[in-house]
Formats: sequence, C-alpha cells, structure tokens
Amino acid sequence: MLKLSLGPILWFWSKQTVYDFYGQAAEWPVETIYLGEAVCARRRELKAEDWFALARDLKACGKDVVLSTQTLIESEADLRRLRRICEQHDFPVEVNDQSALQVAIRRELPFITGPSMNIYNVATLAVLAKQGLRGWNLPVELGRDSLAQLIRGLRDEGLALDTEVFGWGFLPLAWSSRCFTARHYNLPKDNCEFRCLQHPEGLQLRSRESRELFRLNGISTLSGARYDLMRQVPDMADMGVTTVRLSPERQGMAEVVERFDQIRRGIAPAADPLQLVEAPPCNGYWYGQPGMALVPGNGDAQTTGFQGGCGPA
Amino acid sequence: MELVCPAGTLPALKAAVDNGANAVYFGFRDSTNARQFAGLNFNDQRASEGIDYAHRHGCRVFCAINTYPQPQGWQQWTSAVDRAADLGVDAVILADMGLLDYAARRHPDLPRHLSVQGSATSYEALAFYKENFGIRRAVLPRVLSLDQVRNVARQSPVELEVFAFGSLCIMAEGRCYLSSYLTDESPNTRGACSPAKAVRWQETPQGLESRLNDVLIDRYGPGEAAGYPTLCKGRFEVEGSVYHAIEEPVSLNTLDLLPELAALGIRAVKIEGRQRSPAYIAQVAGTWRQALDALASRGESFTVNAAWQDTLASVSEGGLTTLGAYHRKWK
Repeated sequence: MLKLSLGPILWFWSKQTVYDFYGQAAEWPVETIYLGEAVCARRRELKAEDWFALARDLKACGKDVVLSTQTLIESEADLRRLRRICEQHDFPVEVNDQSALQVAIRRELPFITGPSMNIYNVATLAVLAKQGLRGWNLPVELGRDSLAQLIRGLRDEGLALDTEVFGWGFLPLAWSSRCFTARHYNLPKDNCEFRCLQHPEGLQLRSRESRELFRLNGISTLSGARYDLMRQVPDMADMGVTTVRLSPERQGMAEVVERFDQIRRGIAPAADPLQLVEAPPCNGYWYGQPGMALVPGNGDAQTTGFQGGCGPA
Repeated sequence: MELVCPAGTLPALKAAVDNGANAVYFGFRDSTNARQFAGLNFNDQRASEGIDYAHRHGCRVFCAINTYPQPQGWQQWTSAVDRAADLGVDAVILADMGLLDYAARRHPDLPRHLSVQGSATSYEALAFYKENFGIRRAVLPRVLSLDQVRNVARQSPVELEVFAFGSLCIMAEGRCYLSSYLTDESPNTRGACSPAKAVRWQETPQGLESRLNDVLIDRYGPGEAAGYPTLCKGRFEVEGSVYHAIEEPVSLNTLDLLPELAALGIRAVKIEGRQRSPAYIAQVAGTWRQALDALASRGESFTVNAAWQDTLASVSEGGLTTLGAYHRKWK
C-alpha cells in the first residue's frame, strides 16, 4: 500500500506547539515522519538533542523517522549543525542541499533527497544511488508525465529507490539569504525578533488585486495556494509511487491525514480536506501547467469558482 | 582576475572580445541554457564563427548548458555537450548532476565549470562536485555575504567565479520555482524566468499595469519608470501594505568590492546579461576592463573611478545598483 509521510515542519512554531503536534502525529496513520529545521538557522526552539529525542520517541511508536537538514547552507555554523545531524547513525537524513549530500556520503549515512534537490533525470539518480541514496522526492515543479518517465527509467536501470511525491500543503518554492519576514517588519535579519513565531502559517503575500500569490516564511517563499493531489493518489499508486508527503499545518492536519488514509485504502473520502482550511487549492504542476492552476477533476466542480490564486492557466 | 562576459549574439560576443573580456560565455538556441529568449543564442555555425573570433583575439569561450534535462529531453542535452566539445569550446558550464556525469565520462579532457544553477553555497558542496565530476571551477550563487564568500574561498577545492554586475537573483539559483508557479516555465526546466510570452502590458485608469500570466505584478503611476515584470521585483500587498515585498528592481554592482574579491583569490568576475545589446556589453565590459587593469597596476592604492560607476549606473535596471547579499545589511 502507498505510504504516507509528514514532511518537516516548514513554519516556525514554539517548542510546545511542535511537541503537541508530534504527540498527536504519533497516533496518525502515517508511516514516515521527517523531523528537523529545514528553513532557517535562527529557528532553534528545539536543539539537535531535542530533535534526536523526539525521533527516538516516534520510532518507539512505530514510525520511520528521517532527520531533515537545512535547505540553504551559507555559513560555517550551518555546516556545524549539518555535521551534528550526520554524526548520528540511528536515522537516515533528508538531504536538502549538496553540502548535506557530501557530508552524508562521507559518513556513509543512508539518505533521501528532499523536494528542493534537483533530480530531473535518471542519470542523476544513478549517480546518487551508488552513494547511499535510499529514496528521492520529485521536485515540486515536475508533474505526472516526467514522474512516469522517471519511474520507468529507474525500473529499466534496475534501481530500487523509493519515490516520494509532495502531495498536500503549501509548496516550498524558493530560498534566499534575505529574510522576507524581517523585511516586512523593517528589522535586520540578524535581529529579527523571531517574528516568524507570530505567523505559524506564514505571511500572506497578495497581488494588488487581492489574489493570493505566495506565503512568506522567513527566508523561504511558499505557494499562496495549497497543493492538493488527494484525488491523484490512486493514479500515483498505479504508477509505482512509494510515498505521498503531507506538509504539516497546525490546524486540521488529523483530518487531512484521515482523508489521504481513506483514499489510499480505496475509500472515497466524505469531504475534501480543501474545505477544512482557508486557502485556495491548486494542482497545476501535476498536469504540466503553472503550479498555481487548478485543473478540475471528478467531484472538484464546486471548487473551480474559487476566488483565489488559482485562476485559469 | 579574469573578466567573463555574456554573449547572447555574435555581435555581443565581438563587443565583449573587443572591449577586453578574458572569456565569453554563450548558449545554444534552445532550452538547454538558462537564457532562452527569442532571437538570442547560437546555432552551430554562429557558434563556430564566434569561437574562431574569440580565439584569434586570445579570448576563451565557455558554453552554458545549465538547465535541467528531463527524461524526454535527455538526448537533446547530451547532444549539446557533444556539440560544444566538437566546436572546441574551452569549457562547458553545467548544473545537472546527470549531465556533469555524462560530460566527465564522455569528454574527460573538456574542462567542466559548475553553473550558478548548481546551487553550491559551501566548500562541502564544492567538494561534492569536484570529487564526483572533476569540476575545475564553480560560479557562486548570489546569496552569500562577503564573509561567507571568504569562508568558502579559503577552503574551496576549485577555482571560484563570482557575479560582478547585472541582474540580481535574490533567491538561491537553481532552486527557485516561483516562475513555474505563475507561468509554466522556470529557469530549471526551460531556461526562462518570468517568460516574455506570459507578459502583458495594459494602460488602465489606475496606471500602467504589468501582468504575468494575468497576475498583476506592478502598477505604475505617472512619471514612474516601468521595468520588466520579473515576478520577484513586483509590488505586492502584505498585511495591508503595498511595497516591493521581495526585492526592488535594482542591479548588482560589486565594483567597490573588487580589491577584496581579488584578495580572496577569486579567479574570475562574471557579468550577467546574455539578453543585453552589443552596445550594453561594450560599455560594461570596457568599464570592468579598466577597473581590473587599474587594480592590477595600482594594487592596494586602487580606487573606484566615479566615471565607471556613472557608466554602470546609467545602464542598470531602474538606474539603481546594490551590493546585494555581499553586504550583510541587505539581508
């Protein structure tokens, strides 16, 4: 059966919020949980030891745990934190940058590439498979056609790698050395007062016509619409996708997991997770269209008139 | 330090060579390079003429094949590498790991440079590319501060090239999907950011509006200079205020940092702008040539000439320049 994973928390939440979230997640029908800070070096509500302890707790609850690494590595301090994660041997790591690739390979640590790694062809996967790659995430901007060819190519090459697809949540689209949250508050990045804590779902960036375009989240920019491939889950299972990734949000996550769990078991969910939370839906990337587009499918008719960032392509 | 200049067309290539470039870089006329613009780039015949012209004048030529091939396009990209090798370029500039692997095995003697699109921001990342694909040089992303560049340079296993002048990408290059989110093309997949085909200009009672795939990027009042609607340089609304929420329309200009970059052992400075005119290339290349020559002859007594800055400002986006991420306060 197709597996479900919880990606790393991309937002900045207080320590207690993080613990509460994973306390609940331990009970959810997800097989894999990615843990750690993947966005900003200044977010240290949980230290490395705290993440390791949480990883052990979740493993004891029967979850496969993967430790995520920072996506944009800029300084020696960033490298130190990265090495700290790669010094342990209990858990594989999610590699989100080539620095992590080098450190994980040198330490012979099994790794999975995150959605920000540029995996666009089988030749790239073949290079990494020789060096400890266990599984890979499809880059968010690639769609079904490329995925089908990549999976076929992996089979042709005899490469047994787990294929994971970001299937629900705000899409991580860009990383910068500039902090856009600090910029919004006219604060220097080095003295940002941790304003991201006040925005546990990011800062909404709209066009001057009130169209939701992006969510600013510290140094990262996410999609303004929520990617939702729930209805594509049966297709993914047929294609040979191993895991569907759900990106954590504070509200309604249990229901989202429940819906995805139902659909992978062949049960049509009673309601769409789209209706639980306030953001326009999108699925354009899957269909080779602009990511913000919403391609209507069976049962989606009621959402096509949504007044959000998902107008016609 | 080497001056590396863009060549979007044969006249631009000649302008760069004539004005003191030590090397020029070009791409083929398709989506295998990160500046896929209508009317730009080279077919094999033009490339051959350009390479011949540059070599006769002692200038090296690099070929950028720095987008990411998907399975359906794989052969087009490997063929681009083969063509570059056959044409006798001095190096290929690559980003994709699969393609780097191909080039290293098929053309082991052809020098490989890591494109800025390869997103190597640390010496560990550079070591990965060096150990796996034998890269000789890497172009650093425009997200590092000068202190961070210093740290990378101190321990880099390969030569380093940094961006000196031109358009400023403020996102880590090679991993920015903003353009494909609004349109269906990104630098990685199609070699295009905010592609011209998706741009629409419209005079309205509220002012001149620029749109990208129907999304309002900016609206200009009377007398305001309008710029190309690169999506990260638009004015947007966040919590009720409308401003350049991501970045202002400015250009990168590191002339002031030249002595420091030289002291760090940076091997080459790169000018952005294959989409620019031959006249622009001539002015920018000529100005940087003067600066590099002055640095070489005067050493520590080097000072930036005000006329150089005026020339560079006059050709910059919005007439404004910034030190970008090199200057920590920018962040």
